[in-house]
Amino acid sequence: MATPYEKRRQRKLFLTIVLPAFAGAVALSLVAISQTQVYAYAPSTLPSPQELGDRDVRLAGLVAEDSLRTGADTNVTFTITDGKAGVPVSFDGILPALVAENEGIIAQGKMGPDGIFRADNVLARHDENYEAPEVIKALEEAAEQGPAY
Amino acid sequence: MADDTLPMANWLEKLANPEVFVRRTKPLIMPIGAAAAVLVIVGSALGLFFSPPDFRQGESVRIMYVHVPAAWLALQTYAAIAVASFVGFIWKHRLADVAARQMAPIGLLFTVLAIVTGALWGKVTWGVFWDWDPRLTSMLVLVFLYLGYIAVWQVIESEFVAARSAAILAMLGAVNLPIIKFSVDWWDSLHQKATVIREGGPKMPASMLWPLLIMALAYTLIFAFVTLLRVHTVLAEKRKTKPVRRASSATIEEAPATS
Repeated sequence: MATPYEKRRQRKLFLTIVLPAFAGAVALSLVAISQTQVYAYAPSTLPSPQELGDRDVRLAGLVAEDSLRTGADTNVTFTITDGKAGVPVSFDGILPALVAENEGIIAQGKMGPDGIFRADNVLARHDENYEAPEVIKALEEAAEQGPAY
Repeated sequence: MADDTLPMANWLEKLANPEVFVRRTKPLIMPIGAAAAVLVIVGSALGLFFSPPDFRQGESVRIMYVHVPAAWLALQTYAAIAVASFVGFIWKHRLADVAARQMAPIGLLFTVLAIVTGALWGKVTWGVFWDWDPRLTSMLVLVFLYLGYIAVWQVIESEFVAARSAAILAMLGAVNLPIIKFSVDWWDSLHQKATVIREGGPKMPASMLWPLLIMALAYTLIFAFVTLLRVHTVLAEKRKTKPVRRASSATIEEAPATS
């Protein structure tokens, strides 16, 4: 059994060295992770098809305006853009209901050698803004009529 | 010793005595439970019937009123466990250790509720139940932290050793809390960024914010209600099995050296 003095020293050691060291190690790991790992590539940061090879990656951005096309059967094509670059995507399947032009999207799949991204899975992504439909409608109508002054 | 401390610290010190704690908090339990029940009913009614659908998500946005408070309470409960563990670890307050232990299953339940409702919500909006996104993954880590914390208490026989080991795990695991909260800011993620607790105020109309805040208050009261009930039960059981023991041997052993 440790003496009270030893116990107090252990406690002090834990609080002053072990706990801060652990927090520091985690913080450093997080910095390292954010510098080397990405959850998803943006079209402008997507490595070239040669670099990517056969890797499965996620491509995230907005569905470009006037790019969403339905082909034969369930095949759909669209362009994912981040404002700086656009990548054409081909997907065979049912799109989530929230997928629409100018809305967020994540495609999971492989980059083809022809520069077309073949998605195995498509996820809709929405931002943190919530609003009632009537408000959006009113805002759109107001915008159509031009400024009120 | 108590004379030179602040009145607040003095009051807290008295409350750390299990008998004083039981006496003072007993009359609060039932009112807290009743208030929680009323707020759950009011919040659910507002959220389900008297708040607007979302312009993009439609009616599925109503899952938010169950999901978001559960996720908040999952984090708050862990934070409470970490603070109680810190107090128990340093000052050896037995009540703090008991409270930390009794809060853990409640926090686990909130975390699982957040993940399950999040999966259902994700299926209708994102198109998937699960994805290895930073927010979702760090929430899953929280489940394992809770499980690990509960397991440490279960497997270590000596209550004194168990309290210390569990406290160390709880304090180390607390690094996950900022990771969960800021995961959506630090990394690109499928999960959207914070809507309510953010710089510049909530990005949500008042008609959605009110039911959400009422539900959050209701969840907090449920947490307080169940925690108090559990702590009181444990203290009553302890009193029955060890009627004469007033302080743990460790406290007596260290008492001369603390002044």
